[in-house]
Amino acid sequence: MSAALFRRPWLRAGLLLSGPTAWFVLIYLGALFLLFLSALWSVDSFSGKIVHSWTFANFETLFKVSAYRTIALRTVGIAAAVTVTDILLAVPFAFFAARIASRRLQAALFVAVLIPLWSSYLVRVFAWRLILAKDGILNWFVGNVGLGSLNIGYSNWAMWIVFSYIWLPFMILPVWAAIERVPDSFIEASADLGARGWRSFRLVLLPLILPGILAGSIFTFSLTLGDFITPTLVGGAGSTFIGNVVYQEVGISNNVPFAAAFATVPLVIMGIYLLIARRLGAFEAL
Amino acid sequence: MAFAAWAVLIMLFLFFPIVIIMLYAFNPSNVQSWPLSGLSTRWFSSTWHNTEVRQALWLSVRAGLLATAIAMILGTMAAFAVDRFRFFGREAVSLVLVLPIALPGIITGMALNSFISFNSLTFSLLTIVIGHATFCIVTVYNNVLARLRRTQSSLMEASMDLGADGWQTFRFVTLPMIATALVAGGLLAFALSFDEIVVTTFTAGAQNTLPIWVFAHIRNGQQLPQVNVVVLFVILVSLIPVALAQRLTRDTGMLRSGARTPAAGAAPAIGAGSAP
Repeated sequence: MSAALFRRPWLRAGLLLSGPTAWFVLIYLGALFLLFLSALWSVDSFSGKIVHSWTFANFETLFKVSAYRTIALRTVGIAAAVTVTDILLAVPFAFFAARIASRRLQAALFVAVLIPLWSSYLVRVFAWRLILAKDGILNWFVGNVGLGSLNIGYSNWAMWIVFSYIWLPFMILPVWAAIERVPDSFIEASADLGARGWRSFRLVLLPLILPGILAGSIFTFSLTLGDFITPTLVGGAGSTFIGNVVYQEVGISNNVPFAAAFATVPLVIMGIYLLIARRLGAFEAL
Repeated sequence: MAFAAWAVLIMLFLFFPIVIIMLYAFNPSNVQSWPLSGLSTRWFSSTWHNTEVRQALWLSVRAGLLATAIAMILGTMAAFAVDRFRFFGREAVSLVLVLPIALPGIITGMALNSFISFNSLTFSLLTIVIGHATFCIVTVYNNVLARLRRTQSSLMEASMDLGADGWQTFRFVTLPMIATALVAGGLLAFALSFDEIVVTTFTAGAQNTLPIWVFAHIRNGQQLPQVNVVVLFVILVSLIPVALAQRLTRDTGMLRSGARTPAAGAAPAIGAGSAP
């Protein structure tokens, strides 16, 4: 039998692929397809059953009801703010890690970036909930310094801080890798030609590491767009995200078609974002 | 100098919340306020004896182990097919496998949720495992593929020339070569599964995995002292597999691209050759 297999590579390839392909096509891709099909269905308000007839009613609701527009804009806006924040935090750090730190320090920093990346997401959000709470460590500190009190727990500010914190390692790693790939001689040549510090960075380094920054931004942007845990735990009354609505429509109202319609919003945004990022070479930098 | 100072600040930023949350597990009080009134391990035993926590932990462990087993089998199959053969759609395999974690979590969760309701499955351990295995496959795939790319297929051919049949070649030549990468991928898959929450909320129904139990209790503000202890435990458990996996894959530096991110798709490239 093994001889038969050896002589027919396509048979071996087929056997190897059959398992993973069946799993993904039947369970995942099929499910994705079903999901977006169901965005065009509706729910019978009387029986609560899904009606399998085509309608754009869900999308109409999305466009017409201003609350949903606000939620979509808030989600995209905070995702963008988080992305910009993480770029500003990550680039100088990655520059230090890739170009200034000794080899030993590099190895230590690398592990130090990985530890938060791999420790539980939920736990880290919970940590910030405790830190930012009224009787948390932030207000204790602010009070002791004599600045009164800061009430940013349960607000959009809290979400901005927490998202920036949670996804920061995802930005650091590709930017670090991108900076490392720039040959020293490029920076030296730029310095020799009279460009110092900021100018070298802006005119030489930045264009070269842009794909790395874009690669990182894919994570920070996409992960923020699809989240509902952080808004639930550290957001306030006006912090509802697309994810929260989707979660409620599925879990509480049982209106899967509407949830599916709303879920297409982050999907379409990510699709456009990925196309642009690919144009600019971000995929090679992943 | 300014860059060094910045790096120190970033390190403080990254680790401060983790240290704080670990301290809270030793909070003697029922009230979660800072400063802590002391340090104590008084909540550890009540957490240990909490049946809800035990059931949730047991469910998480079973789901993690089963999902990891499935991911190890399917991920290895896909990695072999991609590494050893040329076929139509080969380039797309990595992309498709990474979709479950590259797409926003609610989309993967909802898709699996509609799969479950469309097939009229009832929520059970099985539905959780289906979800977890789907997004865990890519970690095993990436690890095994990175290892296969560094090994030569001529070793397998030599083994066949020497008279070993397909099974013997796999058992005595191929498997030992990929073993550590396979185990590392499995460990990462387990770590990923053990604290996943977004997809799980859509596939678990009324069942509580450990993260879902934690989430529900944080939200309702119930049993917070126990939540803190569970959280400490979750941090430690999720770091052990990662530390082990890193030791096992020093050669390919897989961990940086790990999983849980869209990066996993193009994983081997993330800073390839930049491992300090």
